[in-house]
Amino acid sequence: MGNTSSMLTQYDIEEVQEHCNHAFSQQEIVSLYHRFCQLDRNSSGFITGDEFLSVPEFAVNPLSQRLLRMLDGLNFKEFVAFLSAFSPRISLQQKIEFLFKVYDFNSNGKVTFDDILSVLRDLTGSFISEQQRQEVITRVLEEAGYRRDSSLVLSDFMRVRMYYCFQYLYYKLSFRSLFTD
Amino acid sequence: MNQRVGTDSSPLRFAACESASIPLFATFIGARRRAPPARTHRQIGSQLVGRRILAAMGGLDSSSMETDLDRPNIEEYLTTETIREVPKKLHLSDLLDISPTLTEAAGAIVDDSFTRCFKSNSPEPWNWNIYLFPLWCLGVVVRYGILFPASFSWLVSLSNLISCMFCRVGVLALGWIVFFAAFLPVHFLIRGHDKWRRKIERKLVEMMCSVFVASWTGVIKYHGPRPSRRPQQVFVANHTSMIDFIILEQMTAFAVIMQKHPGWVGFIQKTILESVGCIWFNRTESKDREVVATKIREHTQGVDNNPLLIFPEGTCVNNHYTVMFKKGAFELGCAVCPVAIKYNKIFVDAFWNSKKQSFTTHLAQLMTSWAVVCDVWYLEPQYIRPGEIPIEFAERVRDMISVRAGLKKVPWDGYLKYFRPSPKLTERKQQIFAESVLKRLEEK
Repeated sequence: MGNTSSMLTQYDIEEVQEHCNHAFSQQEIVSLYHRFCQLDRNSSGFITGDEFLSVPEFAVNPLSQRLLRMLDGLNFKEFVAFLSAFSPRISLQQKIEFLFKVYDFNSNGKVTFDDILSVLRDLTGSFISEQQRQEVITRVLEEAGYRRDSSLVLSDFMRVRMYYCFQYLYYKLSFRSLFTD
Repeated sequence: MNQRVGTDSSPLRFAACESASIPLFATFIGARRRAPPARTHRQIGSQLVGRRILAAMGGLDSSSMETDLDRPNIEEYLTTETIREVPKKLHLSDLLDISPTLTEAAGAIVDDSFTRCFKSNSPEPWNWNIYLFPLWCLGVVVRYGILFPASFSWLVSLSNLISCMFCRVGVLALGWIVFFAAFLPVHFLIRGHDKWRRKIERKLVEMMCSVFVASWTGVIKYHGPRPSRRPQQVFVANHTSMIDFIILEQMTAFAVIMQKHPGWVGFIQKTILESVGCIWFNRTESKDREVVATKIREHTQGVDNNPLLIFPEGTCVNNHYTVMFKKGAFELGCAVCPVAIKYNKIFVDAFWNSKKQSFTTHLAQLMTSWAVVCDVWYLEPQYIRPGEIPIEFAERVRDMISVRAGLKKVPWDGYLKYFRPSPKLTERKQQIFAESVLKRLEEK
């Protein structure tokens, strides 16, 4: 831990911690601040899409464009709030809320067939035909008891059993936070 | 040097993690994973998808996608029953749960191995108390006021000139004067005796480099046998700054491949370095690669040419990591002599962050610090082994250099500093996911 956190006072750290519902410890917030400053090359107070894309590991991610729209123009406090979903201290319910937000593009509280289709399109690219994609989603929705034209709300997401896979999120971030300077 | 617990010494931390991308770090940092406890089929199934996505990701440039450096780990990780397992039916949760991909993205935002290679780590400040601070102030006065005096002052009077002769800018200025006084006549007047001319020019360039090194009070230790002038060999070294070239040139006159720079550096490149036989390239030109490859081949075959020095990383890295080597130097069919360079950070951080400072500022920074201390190791010449492809050869040599100089290896292409990653990498991930979805769709 270096002592270049002179720009972040104790008050700032506590405010950010409040805002993200104590998802991160104070040390982690300082590390995230260093990372934020490192990515924000022109010191404009927020990270532009281009600056995010200069991280090759992020740029090759199929969901990068979708996430960029959520990340664009966020200041540090909101940046930490965005990442809080990946913290081990956040409940499963809040993580599923975050997942819902990623799907719910126009933020109307409902995830429709088209929303799921658009995410699947991002993830599979040109390697599945559009028709096959639609067929997959229809089949899977029907098997879970929904119709093709039904829209899912947050409680539907909660009902779907996604427990195991969220364990990825826990270990990954707690591991990484030890690395940042 | 920043030492972080867990970066290269605790497999325990890795063993606890289910996250699919940890093995990527583990492979390149050298920690080996222990076999994880038995899991449910579901976890392993989704993990298999995640791992394969990551194995493809790796940051390898598109030409080396076949070398899947992460693949060997997967068999030791999974038990034999699960590998034979038939893929399960597709459920809504599989489609909705995009958390592995999201975690990848969040992980990359929080920390990534590529940006770390180009970070100048500021040293821990030591001048923080009442008796160290005045000492540091005195040091600043000595470094800026005596060792590197303002260059215009010596023009003012001869007495100043004499006193400044022992100072760095003075040394450098004097060196340039002597160099040009000798070089220009030799270059333009001695025609016909080409061999002699080149010998003298070579010696002059070596001398000039020694002057440069002296002007930063360079303390350089060379280990290993000195390079010899033979055909059919190239030298490869890790790259931290343009001064790497000067340090190596001091010992032996190399011909080097360089990017053409603007300004006074470009002028020097055009006039002086032509005489040692340098090859120019332009990063931004796409057809440039074949042209340069041909020139390199011709150079190595010429008997009378200076030995060729190539920096296969293609860009300056911060001397804690090595990025992937470009295979151009390794497919020539001649001997490759690795050279490892490591700077001692206690005295000065020699990393030239070309995005943050110009070369002139960088030189000024070097000249206003106490010394430039570094170690140079000339390693044993390597030949390509039968059945080895150039990329594997490049990786093997990169291994040798990284181990010798104490650098960590990173699986990224240095040119990603200037260009975005190829869309083929994203497409590969999409392809793997698409295939697994289709396969599971067939299941009833």
